[in-house]
Amino acid sequence: MSESASSEHDSHHNLVVGNKKLLMWLFLGSDCMFFGTLISTHLIYRKLYPEEYDPTQLFSLELTSFSTFILLMSSFLMALAVSAMHKGELKSFRRNTLGVIFFGLIFLGCQVFEFSEFVHLGLTLQSGTFGSTFYLMTGTHGCHVAIGVFWLTCLLFYSYSGKMDAHESAIDVEAAGLYWHFVDIVWILIFTAVYLIEFIGKTGGAAH
Amino acid sequence: MSSTVTATPTTQSEHPVVLSPERSKLGLLRPDHGKSVIIDWLTTVDHKKIGIMYGAIALFFLLVGGLEALIIRTQLAVPENDLISAQRYNQLFTMHGTTMIFLAVMPLNAAFFNFLVPLQIGARDVAFPRINSFSLWAFVAGALVINFGWILQALEAMGLFSASGPTEGMNDFVPAMGWFGYAPITGIKFTGAGTDFWIMGLQILGIASLTAAMNFTVTIVNMRAPGMKMMRMPVFTWMTLVTSLLIVFAFPAITVALGELMFDRLFGTNFFVTAGGGQPILWQHLFWIFGHPEVYILVLPAMGIISEVLPTFAKKPLFGYPIVVFSGAVIGFLGFAVWSHHMFTTGLGKVATAAFSLLTMAIAVPTGVKIFNWVGTLWGGRVRFSPPMIFALGFVWMFMMGGFSGIMHSSAPADAQQQDSYFVIAHFHYVAIGGIFLAVVSGIYFWLPKMIGKMWKGNLSTWVAIFSTVGLNVTFFPMHFLGLLGMPRRTHTYLEGFGWETYNLVCTIGAYILAFGILLLVVDIIRCFRSGEPAGNDPWDARTLEWKTTSPPQVYNFGKTPIIHARDALWEDKYGPENRKCGEQAEDGHGIHMPSQSWWPLLASAGFIPLGLGLSLMQAGVPFMGYFAIFGLCLCTVGIALWAIEGPGGYHLHPKKDA
Repeated sequence: MSESASSEHDSHHNLVVGNKKLLMWLFLGSDCMFFGTLISTHLIYRKLYPEEYDPTQLFSLELTSFSTFILLMSSFLMALAVSAMHKGELKSFRRNTLGVIFFGLIFLGCQVFEFSEFVHLGLTLQSGTFGSTFYLMTGTHGCHVAIGVFWLTCLLFYSYSGKMDAHESAIDVEAAGLYWHFVDIVWILIFTAVYLIEFIGKTGGAAH
Repeated sequence: MSSTVTATPTTQSEHPVVLSPERSKLGLLRPDHGKSVIIDWLTTVDHKKIGIMYGAIALFFLLVGGLEALIIRTQLAVPENDLISAQRYNQLFTMHGTTMIFLAVMPLNAAFFNFLVPLQIGARDVAFPRINSFSLWAFVAGALVINFGWILQALEAMGLFSASGPTEGMNDFVPAMGWFGYAPITGIKFTGAGTDFWIMGLQILGIASLTAAMNFTVTIVNMRAPGMKMMRMPVFTWMTLVTSLLIVFAFPAITVALGELMFDRLFGTNFFVTAGGGQPILWQHLFWIFGHPEVYILVLPAMGIISEVLPTFAKKPLFGYPIVVFSGAVIGFLGFAVWSHHMFTTGLGKVATAAFSLLTMAIAVPTGVKIFNWVGTLWGGRVRFSPPMIFALGFVWMFMMGGFSGIMHSSAPADAQQQDSYFVIAHFHYVAIGGIFLAVVSGIYFWLPKMIGKMWKGNLSTWVAIFSTVGLNVTFFPMHFLGLLGMPRRTHTYLEGFGWETYNLVCTIGAYILAFGILLLVVDIIRCFRSGEPAGNDPWDARTLEWKTTSPPQVYNFGKTPIIHARDALWEDKYGPENRKCGEQAEDGHGIHMPSQSWWPLLASAGFIPLGLGLSLMQAGVPFMGYFAIFGLCLCTVGIALWAIEGPGGYHLHPKKDA
C-alpha cells in the first residue's frame, strides 16, 4: 500500500514528470511571468527617467557580487542535498541543507544591510519611481529567498522525524530544490539587468 | 501503514461508505466526515462535491450581479433619473463587472472543470485533492472580501461607521472605479476603502484561480486513464487545459499590478502616482496583459461545453476534432498578443497599433474555424432539440454576433469611435450573455442530471430559452445604436434630446425580460432538485466517459479504471466495433485508493479573510487592523504547514459491484 494518494496514482502510469514535479514547474512558469513583470516595470521606468537617479552612486558592486556568489554556491549545495536525498543519505542531506539555509541567510543579511545603507543614502520606497520599483522587485525576490529558507528549515526539522526516506521524500526535496534554483536564476537576471547594466561605460563602483 | 484505514467491504449504495476517522502523520484526527454533513462538505476533497459547491456559490453571485445590473438599467430607463446617486451607480457597475467575471463566470467554469474533467478522463480525482479544496475556499474568502464593502456601506448609511485616516471623507467602501480599476482613479487621493477591498479580494481570487489552474493542468497531463491519449480527450477537457495554462501565465501580470497598486496606497510608492513620475498607462498595459487572456479564460470553457453538446444531440462525432482542438490552442496563444487593442485610443504609435490590429483580426480566424466546425457537426446530423441543444444552438448564433462587433473593434479607426461607448457594452454582452451564459445554461441542462441523478421535468427550459434569448437581444441590440449615437459608458444619467430615450427604455425592458428568463431557470433547477425523476446513467445517449458512471457518480467515480481505445469513448463502447469498446483495468486487490479529507486547506484559506480585510481597513484608518492582517497571515502559514506535515493519507474502498 502506498503512503500517498498522488504517488499511488502516479504508479498507474509511466509518467514522464510526476505530479508534484509538474506542479512545481507550472508554478515556476507562473513565477517567471511574475518576476518578468516586476523587472520590466523597473526597466521601463529606468528608461523613461534615465536622469532621475544615478544608481552607480548607490550600488556597491563588491557587496552585491559577494552576495550573488553566495547565492550561486547555495544552489550548488542545494543540488548536492537533492542528490543525497535521492540516494537516501540523510546525513549528507542535512549537512548540505544546513549549508543552503546558512548561505540563504547570508544573502538575506546582505540584502538587509544593502537596504538600510540605501535608505541611509536617501533612497526610500517613496523616492520617485526608482525607489518604488527597485525595492518592490528586490524585496519580492528577498521574500522568495526567505520563503525558501523557511521551507528548507521545515524539511531539515522534518528529516529528524524519521519519516523521510529516498522513496517518499526525494520528490519533496527536489521540488524545494527546483524552487531554490529558480530563485537563484532570477537573482542572476536581476543582478545583470538592474545592477551590472548601470555600470556600462562607468569607470568604477560606488565610492563607499 | 499507520495512516491508512481499510474500509469494510460494502455494497454499492447511494450512501458513501462511513469510515472511522484515521489519524494523520501529526497524530491528529482527520475530519470525521461520517459524523456531520457540514463537516463532510467543509473538509471534502471530492472533486464532485467541490464542483457542486463552486456551482451553487457562482449561481448565487450570478443573481447578485444580475440584481446590480437591473438597478443600473432601472436608473437608465428614463433621462435624468435620480433613483440612485452617481456614486452608487459607480459602485454598482464596478461590482456588476467584478462579480460577473470573477465571482460568477470563472467559478461556474471551475464548477464544470471540477465535476467533469476527472470523469471525462477516467480518473478517480484531481491530482491534488486538498489543493482543490483550498482553491474553493480561497475563492469564497476572496468573494467575501470584495463584497465586504456592502456591509460597511450599509452601516455607514445607518450612521454606525465612518472612515478616518488617509481616505477621510471618502465614504465609498464599495469599489467604484470600474472592473479594470484604471490608474490614477484608484489612487489614494481619489477613491476610498472600496478600492482596497477590490485589490485584496482580487489578489485572493487570483491565488484561488492559480492553484486550481495548476491542479487541473497536472490532472489532465498526468491522470488520464490508460489509452486516453491527448487527442482522444473530450474537447471540454482540452479547453480546460488551454484555459488553465492561460490562467497560469496571465494571472501573474495582474498579481504584480495589484501588488504595485497596493504599495501605492499603503506605503506611498509611485508606481501609478503621476505626481511621483508614475505612468497610469503602465497599469493599462499590465491589466490588459492579464485582461485579454482573461476574456478567453471565460469563453474557452464555453466553447468546450458547446463542442460536447452539439455532437451529442446531432448524433455525429464533432466535425474536425483536431482542428477544433488546435483552434482552441491557437486562440489561447494569440490571446496573449492582442491586449493593446483595448488601448488603441491611448496613442500607442502607428506600428504598435497596426500590429495589434492585425493580430486581433488574426484571432478571429480560429474562432471562425470553430463556428464552421460546429455548423459542420450539425450538417446531416439527426438533430434532437433537447433542452441543452436549444441553448447550444442559441450560443452559436449569439456568440457569432458578439464576434462580428468584435472584429469591428479590431480596426483601430473604428475602435476610436466606439471606445467607451455603449457599442462596446453591446459587443461584450453579446459575447458574455449570448456566448458564455447560454453555453453555461446549456451545460447545466446537459450535466445537472449527471450531477444530482435527477432528470428535468416538463418543458420550462423552452421558456427559459425564449425569455433569455429575447431578453438578451432586446437589451443589447439597441445598445449598438446607442453607442453609435455617442452615448458614453459609465454615466449615471443623460439629458433628453440626444435621441437616446427610446433605446434606453427598450434596453431596460429587455433587461427585465432577461431577468425573468433567469428566474425561470432558477425555478427549473429547484424543480429538478425537488421532484425530478431518476436520470439513469446516460439520459442523453451521450458520447463521453462521464456518462459511463452512475448518476450521481459514486465517490470513487469508476469501480475499475477504464481502458480507452478511441475518441468518444462511451459512444464507441455502446455502438462501436469490438476493438474500440472500453476495457477495464484489472483490480490490484487493494481496493480503491481514496484521498482523506482535511481541515487544513480550509484553515489556510480562512486566513485570507483577516489578511485581506485587515490590510484594507488598515488603510482606512481602523485601529489594530495591521495586527488583524498579521493574524490572518499566521493562520494561513499555520494552515499550510499543518497541511504539509499531515500528509495526503488515504483509505481504501472495496465496492462489491462496479459502477
